[in-house]
Amino acid sequence: MIDKAVLARQFIEAIPHAKALGMRLDEIGAGTATISMAYDERFVGDPKTGVIHGGAVSAVMDTCCGAAVMSHPSAPGGTATIDLRIDYMRAAVPGQTITCTATCYHITRSVAFVRATATDEDAERPVATASGAFTVEGK
Amino acid sequence: MARPRPEPMQVVKQRRDAALGALVGGVPYIRFLGIQFDRRGDELTGVLNFDEKLIGNPFLPAIHGGVTAAFLEVTSIITLSWTFLFPDIESGAIDPERMAAGDLPRPPKTIDFTVDYLRSGLPRDAYARATVSRSGRRYASVHVAAWQDHHDKLFAQATGHFLMPPPLDADARG
Repeated sequence: MIDKAVLARQFIEAIPHAKALGMRLDEIGAGTATISMAYDERFVGDPKTGVIHGGAVSAVMDTCCGAAVMSHPSAPGGTATIDLRIDYMRAAVPGQTITCTATCYHITRSVAFVRATATDEDAERPVATASGAFTVEGK
Repeated sequence: MARPRPEPMQVVKQRRDAALGALVGGVPYIRFLGIQFDRRGDELTGVLNFDEKLIGNPFLPAIHGGVTAAFLEVTSIITLSWTFLFPDIESGAIDPERMAAGDLPRPPKTIDFTVDYLRSGLPRDAYARATVSRSGRRYASVHVAAWQDHHDKLFAQATGHFLMPPPLDADARG
């Protein structure tokens, strides 16, 4: 299990786009992952308000869901997104870090099912939630 | 009665391109991803210019699923804004120069966005076109499709729902 967590962390940190967005893998467990992204003016979607673009939140959600799948004890190797739905509850507060937690709640030989929640510094009120299906790939 | 003489082509192009440029250029995240828009009349095509920082799987390599989602969402929002604003840009109710100076209309807000990943995104440019399936006063539904080498071989598609900004107020119509 430890090896898998180390492997997943190395994998996430080797992703060029995760690096470009400044993503940090905060936690990884057996089928769960937490990734955060600090506020950055380059990721703003509405210049009048300074609110981060939904697309940047999507990228964190997608990465976090993938990490949750790879960290699952039944996942032999890599994964790719089949589909991902994101619901946006509210705008993230400008200046605050966005933190996403994903859970791979079911996995078969071919498909992993994942849910995720993203918050800003107010962890009580989600910014966005996601649910998706991911492929389960061999080593 | 004779119809009024059509505007010179340069005037029309200049107005439309200035408005589109302001709409797209004002958003930092669109610049960060390197997305541009081609315009043919009122039809827009999003162009995602490939860059190493867009890679999600360095071993394949493939474009990050989050980049694909963001590209589709950006294309949807710009196309929806463009469709919504086009009549006012054409009538002169919206001044492209004021838009360029930062007086941008509020963008639609994403309610939900569902992406289908059909193929892995290759490490090269990608294109996307969105169609507004329904645009009401408050809600809009948009479908968007993205491809790379062959237009009929989509690598991703998405459907999203958006909350429309309130109608332009008097001072925005300046």
